[in-house]
Amino acid sequence: MEFIKPGTHFDFVGKMKIALGISAALIIISILSVVLRGGLNFGIDFAGGTIIQVKFSKAAPADAIRNAFAGINVGDAIIQEIGENEVIVRTNQPMTKELQVKVAEAMTGQFGAGAYEIRRIEFVGPKVGRDLTNKAILSIVFAWIGMLIYIAWRFEFRYGLGAIIALIHDTIITIGALSLLNKEFTLVIVAALLTIIGYSINDTIVVFDRIRENRKKDLKKSLAEIINPSVNETLSRTILTAFTVILVLLSLFFLGGPVIHDFAFALLVGVVIGTYSSIFIASPIVLAFENIQISKGKRKK
Amino acid sequence: MFKSLKIRLAITAVVCLVAVYFLVPTFVAQIPSPLDRYFPKDKIHLGLDLQGGMHLILEVDADKALESMMERTAGDLKESLMENRIRFRNVEKAKGAAITMELSEASGKSALEKILNEQFSDLEITSSAPREGGQLITLGVKNKRAADLKKLTVEHSVETIRNRVDQFGVAEPEIIPEGENRIMVQLPGIKDPERAKNLIGKTALLEFKLVDEENSLDEALRGNVPEGSVVAYGAREDRASGQRGQVPYLLKNKTLLTGASLETAKVQISDRFGEPHVSMKFNSQGAADFDRITNENVRKRLAIVLDGVVHSAPVIQERISGGQAQITGNFTMEEARDLAIVLRAGALPAPVNILEERTVGPSLGSDSIRQGIMATLIGFFLVVVFMFIYYRLSGLVADSVLILNVIVLLGILAGFKATLTLPGIAGIVLVIGMAVDANVLIFERIREELRLGKPPRAAIDAGYSKAFVTILDSNVTTLIAALFLFAFGTGPVKGFALTLSIGIVVSVFTAVFVTRIIFDYFIWNRSISRISV
Repeated sequence: MEFIKPGTHFDFVGKMKIALGISAALIIISILSVVLRGGLNFGIDFAGGTIIQVKFSKAAPADAIRNAFAGINVGDAIIQEIGENEVIVRTNQPMTKELQVKVAEAMTGQFGAGAYEIRRIEFVGPKVGRDLTNKAILSIVFAWIGMLIYIAWRFEFRYGLGAIIALIHDTIITIGALSLLNKEFTLVIVAALLTIIGYSINDTIVVFDRIRENRKKDLKKSLAEIINPSVNETLSRTILTAFTVILVLLSLFFLGGPVIHDFAFALLVGVVIGTYSSIFIASPIVLAFENIQISKGKRKK
Repeated sequence: MFKSLKIRLAITAVVCLVAVYFLVPTFVAQIPSPLDRYFPKDKIHLGLDLQGGMHLILEVDADKALESMMERTAGDLKESLMENRIRFRNVEKAKGAAITMELSEASGKSALEKILNEQFSDLEITSSAPREGGQLITLGVKNKRAADLKKLTVEHSVETIRNRVDQFGVAEPEIIPEGENRIMVQLPGIKDPERAKNLIGKTALLEFKLVDEENSLDEALRGNVPEGSVVAYGAREDRASGQRGQVPYLLKNKTLLTGASLETAKVQISDRFGEPHVSMKFNSQGAADFDRITNENVRKRLAIVLDGVVHSAPVIQERISGGQAQITGNFTMEEARDLAIVLRAGALPAPVNILEERTVGPSLGSDSIRQGIMATLIGFFLVVVFMFIYYRLSGLVADSVLILNVIVLLGILAGFKATLTLPGIAGIVLVIGMAVDANVLIFERIREELRLGKPPRAAIDAGYSKAFVTILDSNVTTLIAALFLFAFGTGPVKGFALTLSIGIVVSVFTAVFVTRIIFDYFIWNRSISRISV
């Protein structure tokens, strides 16, 4: 069986301008979305606050839950349904003994004792939130730099640059997609972003590797002439691997439960974008850098 | 050729057997008796998000410990100054960890320096200014000494919390200092998180102070607290109405005895009401002190103060020898038991604040495990079926090593006593999707070589050798990302980075090394005209 017939000759380099236009549009939409929403919808890991996950033994309408919480002066509580008779209540207040007692009393008052079960409580104070934010940003930036160094070492510096720009591109668009859908930005999402970085670079390297190999074969050909066949030759593998990864991600998305749900979603978006950027963005950028260098060289002469 | 095949087979077999060996306790509920000696005891360790439990990050307020040390020092310093006949007007603890004082004579400063050198080597003069013929002086703790003290405070807190948790009875607790002044506490399978939190976070500073009966409490409540005394409150519960109220007390400032002098504490049921109370036994020094204190203060009231709250203030009827005392109050059995634990384990040297709390109930944990296993199985099934459809028999080869990959991955987790979390399971699922990538790379190469007209054997050779560089480069970069995640991630996210990293490394072994053995085995000594790829 073959998805991509051998001898496919799609002109990726020729479509570079269109691809760059699409990417620029996606990046602008992403940034706009984040700005217009007044920043990302940070989860308690970063913003601090408390979440309480409650499961009810019978149907509990969101209104009734909201009523119960309105009575105890947790006015900022956000209630999110995450499954059958199960909700997550989030508030910016710290988890104190008083809050816990108040919640228990309100729930018992509204639904009766034993009609609910508190399954999870998470509280993150502002100090820890700041630490976690720093760590998250650092880990992503360091991962980018690590990649740059490794690729610059194994290939050439401009390949590293091409790969990193593609990675930043993937990260921004994935964050944009999360922002558009107003998904919560949590630690687990950061893990997803780093995985996307790892996945996308993996994809990009396979293409770069083929470019390196084809260049050795024929030193006379220009980079532009090499990129197209190289991307085409690896296209089958690029699509296949993306497909198997998407298969397992769909399984996680539908079956993994609420905690994994958003994680799988972010990865799905990231894998699609990462695959696209490996094909359309990373190599053309390397080419663009080469063109800049050549024109500089000419001027010197 | 065949010889190297044998060696490679042997390596694979050893890796498999070791992995399976470590997995036996996880998958076999009860190993029959004579055999169980030969197997490890530990199952794969589940994170708190899977087995339920409580995770806390505590911050030790070490500055408070420093401040209370300064408070005590100020008193000692005063006595020293009087002994040495240095005239002073005021010695008091200022804001923060500092002491301010006024010396009446200009010559006092050098005398003070001498005392500091001899008796208070932790202190130094941070500022001094002449004032009305004397000197206004501020004392602080030496920087290095302050850092040491803070470090000691954190260490002592960890020790105390560990004692309390041990006595409370939690299986496999983890209490680990983190950074400068934080402590991570993990309590798997805890049933009553609120109670555990109280037990851990209570400072439990027990003090015995005399009630100030010479001065008027009413006057003090109006704001005229006499020098050397302080107003403290006790809780009162009206038995009939159940209403809670506060009772004020006027206490002498000086602490006569603290919980540090206790040898042990235990719960006892009082004869009259059948109510629990906590009975304490002092150590020998404490008993001697208590004997002296009660002897000197017969018919006065002695208040028992816990964390600033007056529990009771009984009248000393007579000298008490033998070193026994008790704390009564409206305790439930649980409260009394927990109080006894914290008294036995000792007071925390400084208050602790909860910076982060994550509690997962056991039912959510088991739901997560179920969902995780389901997602893994379905994901695995989809990939296996797809690989077979796309690559036929070669796909089956990739599938078989995929199973191996998961077994070795789990074996490593069990062998190194690593923790499996829910995101960790997601990592395994992702590895399943990504591990076949190496085989896809190889198989695509083989197909290319076949299209170039190479015979199968040569195509396989070329496919493996050409794909290898690509596989190496692409996996190293993924590993870099995973390692950064591991270094910066916390808790469950670390678990994800862990399974992903192990999975990537194992996948290179299984997808390159092991599949090659299978191919070599089939083409060895056999002339083949085509391969199913």
